[in-house]
Amino acid sequence: MNEHATKAAAFIKDEARTDWHDESLWFVRSKRDKAAHSIPEWEQLRELASQIKDHTLAHLDEYLEAFEAKAQENGVTVHWAADAGEHNRIVYRILSEHKAHRIVKSKSMLTEECGLNEYLEEKDLEVIDTDLGERIIQLREEPPSHIVMPAIHLKKEEVGELFHQKLQTEKGATDPKYLTEAARQHLRHSFLKADAAITGVNFAIAETGGVVVCTNEGNADMGTHLAPLQIHCMGIEKILPKAEHLGVFTRLLARSATGQPSTIFTSHHHKAKKGGAMHIVIVDNGRTTQLGRPDFRNSLKCIRCGACMNTCPIYRRSGGHSYDSTVPGPIGSILTPGIDLKKYSGLPFASTLCGSCSDVCPVKIDIHEQLYKWRQIIAEEGHLPAVKKQSMAIAGSVLSRPGWYKAAGKSARWLTRWLPRPLVYNPLNTWGRDRELPESPKQSFQEWYHKNRPAS
Amino acid sequence: MSKEKILSGIKAAKPADKPLPEIPAFVVEGPPASEIFGSIAAQSGSRVVRASDFEDLATAVHTLFPYDITIATPLPSLKSAVNLQEVEPADLKTIDVAVLPGQPGVAENGAVWVTEQDCVHRVLPFIAQHLVLVLPEARIVRNMHEAYQQIKIDETGFGVFIAGPSKTADIEQSLVIGAQGARSLTIILT
Repeated sequence: MNEHATKAAAFIKDEARTDWHDESLWFVRSKRDKAAHSIPEWEQLRELASQIKDHTLAHLDEYLEAFEAKAQENGVTVHWAADAGEHNRIVYRILSEHKAHRIVKSKSMLTEECGLNEYLEEKDLEVIDTDLGERIIQLREEPPSHIVMPAIHLKKEEVGELFHQKLQTEKGATDPKYLTEAARQHLRHSFLKADAAITGVNFAIAETGGVVVCTNEGNADMGTHLAPLQIHCMGIEKILPKAEHLGVFTRLLARSATGQPSTIFTSHHHKAKKGGAMHIVIVDNGRTTQLGRPDFRNSLKCIRCGACMNTCPIYRRSGGHSYDSTVPGPIGSILTPGIDLKKYSGLPFASTLCGSCSDVCPVKIDIHEQLYKWRQIIAEEGHLPAVKKQSMAIAGSVLSRPGWYKAAGKSARWLTRWLPRPLVYNPLNTWGRDRELPESPKQSFQEWYHKNRPAS
Repeated sequence: MSKEKILSGIKAAKPADKPLPEIPAFVVEGPPASEIFGSIAAQSGSRVVRASDFEDLATAVHTLFPYDITIATPLPSLKSAVNLQEVEPADLKTIDVAVLPGQPGVAENGAVWVTEQDCVHRVLPFIAQHLVLVLPEARIVRNMHEAYQQIKIDETGFGVFIAGPSKTADIEQSLVIGAQGARSLTIILT
């Protein structure tokens, strides 16, 4: 049993909670559908977005250089980090140079991927996550379970108890409005005394050298505009060639993510504020390797909307934490094996390959096809669990020999009918652990055909 | 240097050229953009009013906020409690209502473009408890494509599309208005 399956099994033990989680996400998926259907040119926009990303990836080096040159012209300092470690060291160096100790951060999957918070905390810096969901999970000392809704796995009672302990809210208070207000007061205090603000980047524009950051809460803006130092961390794949391309992507992002017509704040940062400093850190961390894999480079088109998670029957019923990966769900299951195939070899199997993820993806990533391709590579490189490997090998030899197949079918039909139940549902029959085998027919199709075919 | 390493890695790994597509105009028949703007903005939790329904802008603001409020605004027709040219960003934490110009507005999502030039202090539209944007009705466009055609995103150091009051649904998907930014957004059409 692979790691995802083990963790998912633990998650679904609480059936009511599993149903609640499933329905919460399906609700978001339904809102996405409504928003998408309100735009007649939706499919055309998805195709355009996919083509713009195809073009950009084919010229990524040129666009990154153009972006850097333009940003430098704007007075912004640009840094390049080959991996997570270098990214963290660069951010720490910038903070040290500015004598920054108190840092406010808005949501950034990249810094999550790099483990920036832990790194800075080890250096005795204070890092406060300012997105409400992120703050909740930071106080709980756990990773996000979703890239857009980090605390989607939690109930308001749990948040209430957490805030009672950490933010001194009333014991037993669970009203989301009251709890959000408590967080607002607490975070305003952090914003006002912050020395530096760190944000992720949704889009970076090569033509103008600026970065675009999208939020609903306004937390990224409260941070960057109050603190004297602003640092924006971005993966190399965030580049778009021109400002006009933002038209396509801003129309797709929020509708795909939460069903809103737009994120509330779409902020375009080009220069530091008066008296302030602005830095951009461009990070590779395995993305170039993924770019070099023709079967998987499409995954770099991802704009982190989370639509594939909200629609995925596995994600909805296993929870984000079961993936043990910064980006969970279908897209995470094709991105993360690219970083460490052995460790994450179970993830591409956390899918029914139903294709719903590919259908809702705003940039038309062929997610379920890539999941299938990873499975083949994982099998070839020998990372399959022993039971699966053995049964695949046996199935392979049986299916390639008609005689064996016929004999196997016959004995299987006999065995499943007459063998005592504990022998059929044995520990090797993982399929039958949670499912009933169908009743086996008395004859095979071939036998039936030979008996019933019209005489010629 | 990591820059050279990353760039040469990309050169070796990148796929063959694919052309950059043209973005079509997406002209659609329908009600006037300003009508769509009003209904979409309302759905996002914004309040949209017409300046012509009030005697002047000051009356409009004081009618909309009928209690003792501290206003910050660069607009000459309103009295600002602070001189925006002199204060520090953090001083704005006591502001109840920020009244700022903004344009264009976008019908499809109820967003209004506000630049650093409009707000003087970038933090003002976020740190004020309530935000009022004054938008010329004639400057409402249909969609984001038209909006990006009309603005120059790097004209000033900072610009933002604001599409409603600050909100969150991070606790059990319950929508709460007033997360970290302004608790309400009112758009006055002129």
